[in-house]
Amino acid sequence: MSTVAARIPDHPRTLAEKVWDDHVVVKGEDGRPDLIYIDLHLVHEVTSPQAFDGLRAEGRPVRRLDLTIATEDHNTPTLAIDQPIADLTSRTQIETLRRNAAEFGVRLHSLGDKEQGIVHVVGPQLGLTMPGVTVVCGDSHTSTHGAFGAMAFGIGTSEVEHVLATQTLPLKPFKTMAITVEGELKPGVTAKDIILAVIAKIGTNGGQGYVLEFRGSAIRALSMEGRMTICNMSIEAGARAGMVAPDETTFAYLKGRPHAPEGQDWEDAVAYWRTLPTDEGAVFDAEVFVAADTLEPFVTWGTNPGQGVSLSDVVPAPEDFEDPNEQTAARRALEYMDLVPGTPLKDVPVDAVFMGSCTNSRIEDLRAFASIVQGRTKADGVRVMVVPGSARVRLEAEAEGLDKVFVDFGAEWRFAGCSMCLGMNPDQLAPGERCASTSNRNFEGRQGKGGRTHLVSPLVAAATAVLGRLASPSDLPAHTAVEA
Amino acid sequence: MEKFTTHTGVVAPLTRSAVDTDQIIPAVYLKRVTKTGFEDALFASWRQDPEFVLNQPAYRDASILVAGPDFGTGSSREHAVWALRDYGFRVVLSPRFADIFRGNAGKQGLVTGVISESDTEKVWAIIAAQPGIEMTVDLEARTAQIGDLRLTFEIDDYTGWRLLEGLDDIGLTLRDEAAIAQFEARRETWRPRTLPVR
Ligand code: SF4
Repeated sequence: MSTVAARIPDHPRTLAEKVWDDHVVVKGEDGRPDLIYIDLHLVHEVTSPQAFDGLRAEGRPVRRLDLTIATEDHNTPTLAIDQPIADLTSRTQIETLRRNAAEFGVRLHSLGDKEQGIVHVVGPQLGLTMPGVTVVCGDSHTSTHGAFGAMAFGIGTSEVEHVLATQTLPLKPFKTMAITVEGELKPGVTAKDIILAVIAKIGTNGGQGYVLEFRGSAIRALSMEGRMTICNMSIEAGARAGMVAPDETTFAYLKGRPHAPEGQDWEDAVAYWRTLPTDEGAVFDAEVFVAADTLEPFVTWGTNPGQGVSLSDVVPAPEDFEDPNEQTAARRALEYMDLVPGTPLKDVPVDAVFMGSCTNSRIEDLRAFASIVQGRTKADGVRVMVVPGSARVRLEAEAEGLDKVFVDFGAEWRFAGCSMCLGMNPDQLAPGERCASTSNRNFEGRQGKGGRTHLVSPLVAAATAVLGRLASPSDLPAHTAVEA
Repeated sequence: MEKFTTHTGVVAPLTRSAVDTDQIIPAVYLKRVTKTGFEDALFASWRQDPEFVLNQPAYRDASILVAGPDFGTGSSREHAVWALRDYGFRVVLSPRFADIFRGNAGKQGLVTGVISESDTEKVWAIIAAQPGIEMTVDLEARTAQIGDLRLTFEIDDYTGWRLLEGLDDIGLTLRDEAAIAQFEARRETWRPRTLPVR
C-alpha cells in the first residue's frame, strides 16, 4: 500500500520516479510488480475489440468510464468520410468499436465528430493529458503524452482489458535516462530534427527499458507541439516512454482547454505540477548529451528511424559502419530504398510528400508547412497530402486560411486520421514510390507495400514538396511569405 | 477464469515436435475482432488433411493434448491460446514449451504441464492402442492418470496457484479492490475526467 512515507521520500528523485511513486496502489514485494493506477485510458479501434470481448466473457464492466475515451483513427479514410468504409476489415473494426462503446458506455468520438482524430492528438487538445498523470493506450506512440510531464506508454490488448476492468496495471519500475539538449537550434532546425538525431545517436534499441527524460535549454525553448514530437518518437529509440518536465509553457498550453482543471483545482494542480521536475542531485541510470547548435535538418535514408543523417550529407555506405549487424542492415536498407552510397541526399527525388501523423499534424506543424509553401507551387508530378491530426485541427487550420494555402500550392487537404502513416486505410504509397514523410516509422512497407519512406520535419517536407527532391527551406529561392 | 482442480477428458496425441504458433493458428485469422470463436482456426492448415489427428472421430472431442517438445514456439500471438481454448482444450502436456506461449496460456486458464520425453512416448503408445481413451489431470497433485499409467508433470508454483484459484491477472488485481478503492478515494479532483463531456 502506498504510504505517506512513500509519498515523501528523503532522496532526490527524477520526474519519472515522482510520477511513479504517486501512482503505486500496492507495492510489489518479493519481485512482484507494483500495481500502478492509470489516470487516463485512450482507446482506438485496432487494439480494443478483444479487450471488450474479454470483459464481456467475464461479465465485467469498465471500472472507470470517466477515465476512458475512445476515437477512430487508424482505419478511417481521409476523403469522403460520410461514405461507408470500403475495406471490410477496416469497417468491421470501426463498427466493433462503436458497438462496444455503446454497450459499455465509453465516450467515443466517431468519424465526422468534431473531436475525432488521432488518439495522441485528441488527448492533449481536450486538456485531458496533463502533468503528473499516468496515460496508457493500446498504441506504442502513447509516449507522445509524456511531453506534459505525464508517464505515458503503450500497452498490449490483454493490458487494455486489464485497465478497462481495474484501472490499474501490474508493472515493474523502468530505468531512467536523461537526454540533455543544450544550446540554441539553428534556423530551420526543429524538434523533429532533435529526435531523429538522438535516435541516430543512441540507436533504435538505445532506450530499451528506459524512460527518457528530455532536458536542457533547447527542450525548454520548445513549444508543447515540439515536445510532443520528441516524446512521440521516444518509442523509436526503443524506450518505454519519453518525458519533459512541466513548466510555464505546459501550463499556458493547458489553461482553458475543455477538460483542464478550473478554479481551485487549477491552483492545486499547478502547485503540485511545480514540484514534479527532477530534483537537484537525482541520479539517472544513463545520460546522453546533445549540443543543439550542431544539429541540422535531419533525414532518414534507411528502413529504421535510427538510419538517419543530416540532409546536407550523402547516403552512407555499409562499410561506414563498424558493427557487422549494422552493415548488413544498411546493405538491405539501401537495396530496399534503391539508394546508391555517396549520393547527396538533396539529389534524391520524391514521388510524394506526406504531411501528417501523430508526430507532426498539430496546428503548429501545419503552420510551419504553410509558411514555406505559401505563394509557391508544388513540384510537377509530386503528390502532396496534408492531413490534420484531428477534426479540430482541421477546423482551426481552415479558420486561419491554411487550407487555402495548401490547395493553392497543389496539395490535397484531407480529413483527420492516421492516413499515410501506416498502410491500414486507403492512403498508401504504390510499390517503389518514394515519400518524404513527417511521420515516425520508415519500416519496409509501412506506408504501403513496397513504398519508400524518408522521415523529415514539416519544414523539410514543405521544401521537398516545392523542389520535388529532398530539400530544406534554405535551398529555396527567396520568398516573400513570413516565416513561422 | 474458471478454477481448475481436476479434469478428465479424451486425450489426443500430437506426435510432432516444435509446433509453432503459426501452425496453431495461421496469421490470416489475426484480423478478427473477437477473443472467442477461434475453434475453426486451430491447426487450420493441418486440419485440411483428413488424416490429421483432430479429424479422426476418436479425438473429435479431445480436451487434453499431448504434444512433442517445444510446443508454442514462434510468434507471440495470444490467439494461439485462444484457439486451443475455444476448441475445447483444457490441458496441453509436452516435454518443453516456449516461454511466451506458456505465459499466455497461464493468463487464459489453459494448463501447460511439462512431462518427460519417455512419458510422452508411453502416453502416445497407450493412445495408439486405445484411441479415444480418457486421461485425468490433477493440478493440485501435479499428476495425470491414463489407463494404468500415472505420470507427474511440472508447472511453476505461481501459475499453478493462479489456475487452482481460477485467477486471471485481472482476477488477481481485483483481489486488491479495497486498495484500489482507497487510492481512488484520495485522488486529487484536478486529475483528468473524460466525463461529463465538456
Ligand atoms: S499516426 Fe501513425 S504512429 Fe500515430 S497512432 Fe496513427 S498509425 Fe500510429
